[in-house]
Amino acid sequence: MKLDETDRRILTATQGGLPLAPRPFAVVGSWIGLDEDEVLARVAAMQDRGVIRRVAAAPNHYALGLSMNGMSVWDLADDMAETLGARVGALAFVSHCYLRPRALPDWPYNLFAMIHGRSRDEVEGHRAEIAAILGAACRQSDVLYSKRILKKTGMRLRKEASRCSA
Amino acid sequence: MRHAPLPPDALDATDRALINRLQDGVAIVASPYAALGDEMGLSEDEVLSRIERLRGIGALTRFGPFIDAAALGGAFCLCAMQVPDERFDAVVTLVNAHDEVAHNYQRIHRLNMWFVLACETEAGITRAADAIEAESGITVHRFPKLKEFFIGFRVSA
Repeated sequence: MKLDETDRRILTATQGGLPLAPRPFAVVGSWIGLDEDEVLARVAAMQDRGVIRRVAAAPNHYALGLSMNGMSVWDLADDMAETLGARVGALAFVSHCYLRPRALPDWPYNLFAMIHGRSRDEVEGHRAEIAAILGAACRQSDVLYSKRILKKTGMRLRKEASRCSA
Repeated sequence: MRHAPLPPDALDATDRALINRLQDGVAIVASPYAALGDEMGLSEDEVLSRIERLRGIGALTRFGPFIDAAALGGAFCLCAMQVPDERFDAVVTLVNAHDEVAHNYQRIHRLNMWFVLACETEAGITRAADAIEAESGITVHRFPKLKEFFIGFRVSA
């Protein structure tokens, strides 16, 4: 989906966050020379098109005491995967939940659900809750704890459209 | 980013409700904070000052538009490798040198290196993964997302 230069300027201007002011879209407009109505219309249009998922907050799991996370992975029968995946994704302690392809024979799992908790015991308890929901549709499962962050750079939108280096 | 937990009394019930509500997104209207306040029974000033404080103490990492890279014509792919212990540091350097690698985690598993490739095109993902495979001599397993489920994460109130 193509963005025009003005859309791109709006996204770039708000990457640091939406201003905390009574008329935040007017503030954004003042930064880039647009009026409030145009910023609102463009943000709404980008949200309708799915370019912007939502204008929202991301919680800091560590600050909230949820310092332990485990990437739980499940081998679900294909015909049940969508229905059961939706139930797992709706759980309060699961932050991300995806269906992904298997990589047989090394990797038999097709559902990934990131579990957050205050301790490893709590994560394991949540994992047991998921197992109970999945029942016999799950053939095997595992959980991967992170040991070290090796790199973390946020998603950064380039100011100009550019091709990906390879 | 703050890594230490906040003291237990740092957040009151309204803060917790606000953190949960803010994850669903605000309305795209001229006065979104006033609209949110009407919904939650708070004044616009209180919504603004609470969000400011939650950001300041590090309870929120970010508040703003969440962009779908795929909708921009971009692509993401989770990848995993089985890296021998004795080569781990060298492979970290080699993998992280690629700009397309957005996050990289060491995880406790036979597949011990997990990273996300972010690129503007699907072809870019393939090129980057193939390049890492060629440079390291290690298979790069690719796990693109087939389906994403509703993000249901909530702070206990």
